[in-house]
Amino acid sequence: MIAEFGHYALVLALALALVQASVPMIGARKNDSVLMAVAGPTAIAQFCFVAIAFAALMTCYVRSDFSVVNVFENSHSAKPLMYKLSGVWGNHEGSMLLWVLILSVFGALVALFGANLPARLKANVLAVQSSIAVAFILFILVTSNPFLRIADAPLEGRDLNPILQDPGLAIHPPLLYVGYVGLSISFSFAIAALIDGRIDAAWARWVRPWTLLAWIFLTLGIAMGSYWAYYTLGWGGWWFWDPVENASFMPWLAATALLHSALVMEKRDALKVWTILLAILAFSLSLIGTFLVRSGVLTSVHAFANDPARGVFILAILVLFIGGSLTLFALRAPLLKQGGLFAPVSREGALVLNNLFLVSACATVFIGTLYPLALEALTGEKISVGAPFFNATFAPLFVPLLIAVPFGPLLAWKRGDLLGVAQRLVGAAGIGVITVAVVFAMEGGGPILVPFAIGLALYVMAGALTEIVERTGLLKVPLATAFARARGLPRSAWGAAFAHFGLGITLLGIIGETQWSLERIAELKPGQTISIRRYDLHFDGVRNRQGPNYRDLAAHFTVRRHGDVIGVMEPAKRSFPSRGTAITETALMTRGVSQLYLSLGDPNPDGSLAVRLYYKPLVLLIWLGAVVMVVGGGLSLSDRRLRVGAPRPARSKAALSPAE
Amino acid sequence: MRWLFLIVLLTSITAPAFAVEPDEMLSDPALEVRARALSKELRCMVCQNQSIDDSEAPLARDLRILVRERLQVGDSDRQVIDFLVARYGEFVLLRPRFSWHTALLWFGPATLLIAGACGVFVLARRYRANFPRTNGEQEGLTAAEAARVSEILRGGER
Repeated sequence: MIAEFGHYALVLALALALVQASVPMIGARKNDSVLMAVAGPTAIAQFCFVAIAFAALMTCYVRSDFSVVNVFENSHSAKPLMYKLSGVWGNHEGSMLLWVLILSVFGALVALFGANLPARLKANVLAVQSSIAVAFILFILVTSNPFLRIADAPLEGRDLNPILQDPGLAIHPPLLYVGYVGLSISFSFAIAALIDGRIDAAWARWVRPWTLLAWIFLTLGIAMGSYWAYYTLGWGGWWFWDPVENASFMPWLAATALLHSALVMEKRDALKVWTILLAILAFSLSLIGTFLVRSGVLTSVHAFANDPARGVFILAILVLFIGGSLTLFALRAPLLKQGGLFAPVSREGALVLNNLFLVSACATVFIGTLYPLALEALTGEKISVGAPFFNATFAPLFVPLLIAVPFGPLLAWKRGDLLGVAQRLVGAAGIGVITVAVVFAMEGGGPILVPFAIGLALYVMAGALTEIVERTGLLKVPLATAFARARGLPRSAWGAAFAHFGLGITLLGIIGETQWSLERIAELKPGQTISIRRYDLHFDGVRNRQGPNYRDLAAHFTVRRHGDVIGVMEPAKRSFPSRGTAITETALMTRGVSQLYLSLGDPNPDGSLAVRLYYKPLVLLIWLGAVVMVVGGGLSLSDRRLRVGAPRPARSKAALSPAE
Repeated sequence: MRWLFLIVLLTSITAPAFAVEPDEMLSDPALEVRARALSKELRCMVCQNQSIDDSEAPLARDLRILVRERLQVGDSDRQVIDFLVARYGEFVLLRPRFSWHTALLWFGPATLLIAGACGVFVLARRYRANFPRTNGEQEGLTAAEAARVSEILRGGER
C-alpha cells in the first residue's frame, strides 16, 4: 500500500504543480490578487505531497519491501540502516525524486519567506518554479517511476552497488542537488522579471541570497564528492575532469559569476541584462548536467540512441526550458533600462573581468565535455577529451583571474585607482614573490611553474586579507581598536575576504598534492617494512573481519616516524557476497594538513600483498579551502543588507568606519 | 544496452583493485617515470574517462605493459603515442591531437575569451557614447542630492 500511497501523492503533487504553474501567472497578467495568492499555499502543499511520496519510498527501503522493483534492485535486507536510507537516492529513479523534492522545498521556502516580495513578482516566480516541477514530476511518472511493483516479490534484494555503500552517499548527492536545484530560484526570478518586463536593484537584492545559498551547497557538494572519490577509489585522485564532475562544475562556475554580477546590479544598477542571462545560464547548465548524468548519453551515444525514452524526455525538457527562456530573453532584454555608468578601472570593471574569465572557463569545460559527443554524433569519429586537455586549457584561463582577484574588493565603485590599489597590494605581492624565491631555492631548481603557483596561492590569500587589515587598521592601531573595528565591518566584506582566502587555500592544496605527492608501490610479506618520506610502515599481518553485509580482509600496519610508533593503518579489501564484488577500503592517516594514504591490491599465492602507499602533502587544504569559501558565503548570506526588509542597522556606521 | 554498461561497471570493480601493479614496473627509474607520464595521457578504452594509469581494467594493464615494452625497445614518447594511435585510433588519446576536427575544441575557449573581451569593449564604448559626457557628474551634486548625502552621513543609514 505504501508504494501506491507514494505514487498517488506524486500524482497529486503534479496536479498541484499544474495549478501553481498556471493560475498565479494568469493572476499576475490580469492583476487579480486572489489568483496570484494561490501561488503560496499551493507551493507549500506541493512540497508536502512530494515529501509524502519521498517518505513513502524511504519507508519501502527501510522495510526492505522487495515487491517494489526499485527497492529490489538497489537494496538488501542486511544493509545497514544508513545505506537503506541513502540508497533511496543511490539510483536513477530515487535521485530524480530527490531532485523534485528539493525543487519543491525551494518553492515552499520562497512562499514562506517571500512575504515582502511584490505580489506580481512572487506569483510569477512561483509559477515558473512550478512549471519546472511539472516537467520533472511528469518525467518521473512517465519514464522513471520508483513505485512500480514486481508480480512475484523476491525474497532478497540485489543490494546497492558496493562503491555507493559509504557515508559519502548520504551527504554528497543531497548537498549537490540542493546546489543544482537551488539555482532554479535565480532562474525563476529571472524569468519572472522578463515576463514582467521590470527589473531593478531590488530584484538583485532578492536574488542574491538564493544564489548564494545554492552556491554554498554546490561548493560543499562538489568538495564532498571530491573527497569521497579521493578516499574511495584507491589511488588518491580527487578530480578527474569526468563529465559527471564537469556537470556539477559548470553550474558552479556560472553561479560564481552570477554572484559577482548580481553584486554590481545590486549596488550600481548596472549589468542587468547580463545578470539575467547568467541566471538563466546557471540553471540551464544544471539542467544540462542532469541530462548528461541521467540520460546515459555519457556511457555512449549509442546507449542513448538504443534506450532513448528517458534521454529524449529530458532533452525535451532542456529544449523547452533553455530554448524558451533564451527566446524570452531575446525578446525582452532590449526593453530593460540600463543603469549606472562606470569607468573601465573600477570595482564594476573588475567584476566584469571576473565574469569574462569565469564564463570563459565555464565554456572551456562545456566544450571539452560535449565536444566528443557532438563529434561522434556528427561525423562518427571517436575522440577522447580527458584530464590532460582540461589541465592544459583551464589553468591558463584561471591564472589571470587569480592575479586579479585581490584587486576587485580594493577598487572603488564607479572609478577606481589601479595604481593606488597596486600600491596597497605591494605587501601581498611581496609575500608572493618571496614565496616563489623560497620555494624555488628549496626545490633546487626544477620547473619554475611550481614555485610560481605556490607564490600565486599565497598572494591570493594575503590579498584577500589586505582589505580587512586596512579597514581595521591592524598593525597600526592597538589590537583592541582593530578588533572593535573588525566587528563593525559589514559581514559581506568578511564574506568576500573568506571566500577569496579559501580560494588561495584550495590552490595551495592542489599544487601541493599534484606536485609533491610521493608514491610507493610494492609487494609486501608480513614482517616487511615500507618507507615513505620519514614514515616507516611495518606490515604486521592480515586478519578477517565480518561486517553486516560484507567481509573485510584487513591488513594491519604499524606506522613509525623516526622510530616512534605514531599509529596504525588498516586498509582492507571489502567483498560483498550479495553482488560478488569487492572494493578497496583505503586507510588514511592525517599529519597536519597532509595525509598518508594506503590501499591494498589482491593477495598473491605466496602470501605477499600488493600495497600502494602515498604521501600527499597539503592535500587536506583542497577541501579545507572549499570549507573556508563556504564560511565566506555564509557570512555574506548573514549580512543584514541581504536580509530583505531587515531593520535599519542600530549602530551608526560613521562611528565604525576607519579613520583614514 | 543498460546491461552492457552494468558489465563494464562490474568488471571494473571486480578486477584487481589496482592500477599500476608492482610486477609491471620497469627497473630503470627514468624509463618508469616516462611510462607513468605517458600512461596518464592514454585512455583505457573500455572505461569511462579513465587513463590507463588510473584504471584497474585488464585492458589498461595490457596497454601499460605495451607502453613499457615500446619504451624498452627504445621508442621515443612520440613514437609510443604514434604506435598506439595507429593501433587503436585517436580515441586512445586523452588530449586530442590538433587537427581540423579538433580545431574548435582547442581554439574554442581562447576564441570565446577574445570575443567576450571585444564584446565588452564595444558595448562599453557604445554605452558611454550614449551617455552625455558629463564630467560634472563627479564634481557637483544637485541641492537635493547634497541634502540627501548629509542626511545619510548624519543618520548612518546605508
